[in-house]
Amino acid sequence: MEIVLRGVDNFACHGVDLTVREGEILALLGPTGAGKSTLLNVIAGLVPYKGSVSIGGQPVDHLPPEKRGVGYLFQSIALFPHMTVRQNIAFGLRARGMKPSELRRRVEEVLELLRIAPLADRYPKALSGGEAQRVALARALAPRPRVLLLDEPLNKLDLRTAKYLRLEFRRLQRRLHITTIYVTHNQVEAFEMGDRIAVMDGGRIHQVGTPSEVLFSPSNDRVSEYFGSPNILECRRQEVLDSGLALVDLGGFSVVVPYRGRPIGKVAISPWNVYISREHPPGPELNRLRGRVRRLYRHPPVVKVEVEIGDQTLWVEVEEETWEEIDLVEGEEAYLILPLRWIKTLEVEDGV
Amino acid sequence: MKRSLWGLAPVLGGLFLWEALVRAGLTSGPFLPPPSQVGEVLWNLLKSGELPEAFFRSSVRVLVGFAAGSVAGLALGILMGIKDLLRRTLGPLLALLYPIPALGWLPLLMLWIGVNELLPMAVVFICSFFPVLYNTMTGIRQVDRELIAAARVLGASPWRILREVVLPQAVPTIFTGLRLEAGMAWRVIIAAEMVAIPTGIGALMMKAESLMRVDIIIVCLGVLAAVCFLFERAFSWMEGRLTRWK
Repeated sequence: MEIVLRGVDNFACHGVDLTVREGEILALLGPTGAGKSTLLNVIAGLVPYKGSVSIGGQPVDHLPPEKRGVGYLFQSIALFPHMTVRQNIAFGLRARGMKPSELRRRVEEVLELLRIAPLADRYPKALSGGEAQRVALARALAPRPRVLLLDEPLNKLDLRTAKYLRLEFRRLQRRLHITTIYVTHNQVEAFEMGDRIAVMDGGRIHQVGTPSEVLFSPSNDRVSEYFGSPNILECRRQEVLDSGLALVDLGGFSVVVPYRGRPIGKVAISPWNVYISREHPPGPELNRLRGRVRRLYRHPPVVKVEVEIGDQTLWVEVEEETWEEIDLVEGEEAYLILPLRWIKTLEVEDGV
Repeated sequence: MKRSLWGLAPVLGGLFLWEALVRAGLTSGPFLPPPSQVGEVLWNLLKSGELPEAFFRSSVRVLVGFAAGSVAGLALGILMGIKDLLRRTLGPLLALLYPIPALGWLPLLMLWIGVNELLPMAVVFICSFFPVLYNTMTGIRQVDRELIAAARVLGASPWRILREVVLPQAVPTIFTGLRLEAGMAWRVIIAAEMVAIPTGIGALMMKAESLMRVDIIIVCLGVLAAVCFLFERAFSWMEGRLTRWK
């Protein structure tokens, strides 16, 4: 089901036009207070707004939340604390008047789908953060919603659990093919989860596009500011390696990058994601570069470092505290690592 | 079990000490009878039917007044908890009436209702109505808005949300009110019976006072302690059953 917003306006959103395509995950990315959650509440019908919202081609503006058929995962999880996991999942089904036999079957099905059957009779207080997250997702999915709205669902989880749930969530979303809006303020999460990314700030959508489009050709300063101006390097030559990788010549040095079968035009990596050290790092020589510190710019709480490699320049950004330990001065030699997973590529066909 | 038995020790010890002091002649005058005498009086009062009669009278007044007050308080509390307009309309009036002690109404009610069975019930009604009302309203208003939003998005009607999400969430707060007022209802009824109503435990105590029967007074106090304790316990138990998810 497609979600289409036209001219949505209220206390936190200003003239929002947005189309979420059938079956895709749209990552709605923006800082705190950008109006992301409010936009979800508009779609769910929980807050007043002007403009129009349609789901699957039908306008839903006149429908109350209980009739809109959306699945919503709240930032606070919002499991009913006085109900067991099973009762939480059954709630939406009972509210829709499902027959008891059918209801039991559906609850078991969803418990299996999210792999939480062993938790079925627990109360929410006895669940870990990750478990509660899955139960909430199960509850949202049980009534077979037409679209799914996720509000920073992994915000409060530790990194490992969050990473695992992201993978699992993607798998599930692909399988169910349910149109999804995934709200986050975390770029990494947006890039990992989104088929497309919508950048929102100050109640407005500034750009909608594939991760590459948003990263390589930000539509305005707001967007590029948000992505912290990545290092973008022109690809001179490339050599396809095995297992989805390619070795690309970026002028003066070569790095290994993810390869999806199409020629690579540009490569980007955020200054945040480049590791810098004084010592030669251990491990294979891949994506490890030697350069010279040209300039240091101290902008508390971070230090921006300009590193010269051959005739190229790479920007590295480090927290001040970390920098005290690395303790390089201008003119000194430095080692950089470009971690494979943070390197974004722009394919030539992307046409940018 | 062991722990609650352990708690009996100081009670038994105290009784023993009391008995010993009186027997040793260390207390003066007739105003502190030993526990053995109190026990005897208790037995006689039970046999004569005087104590059961008084206890029954007081209990009916407490139960009827408390039940009516709680139901009315719950109903209005729920309405005021969910309807902002109603809360804003009635709020100031109730805020003025709430601080008046329940017994403060007694003279007025004596004139309005007259001295009959309705009078003590009305006092207990007032004593339980306001706190239950306030606790219910607060309990409902404290329910996490996001839970309500979640229930709506899941397709629940307002009535279902009230019944299955809001009220269960408000139960702990509501029960705090009920539990406190259950004991308070007994205290109030005794005072009312002492002042204005010629039957019931309170009246029995006043009669005993005029006859200088300290033993009867002590028996009545013992009965009151036990019944208040049991009342509050009963509500704690119910609360525990209803909030096992906590």
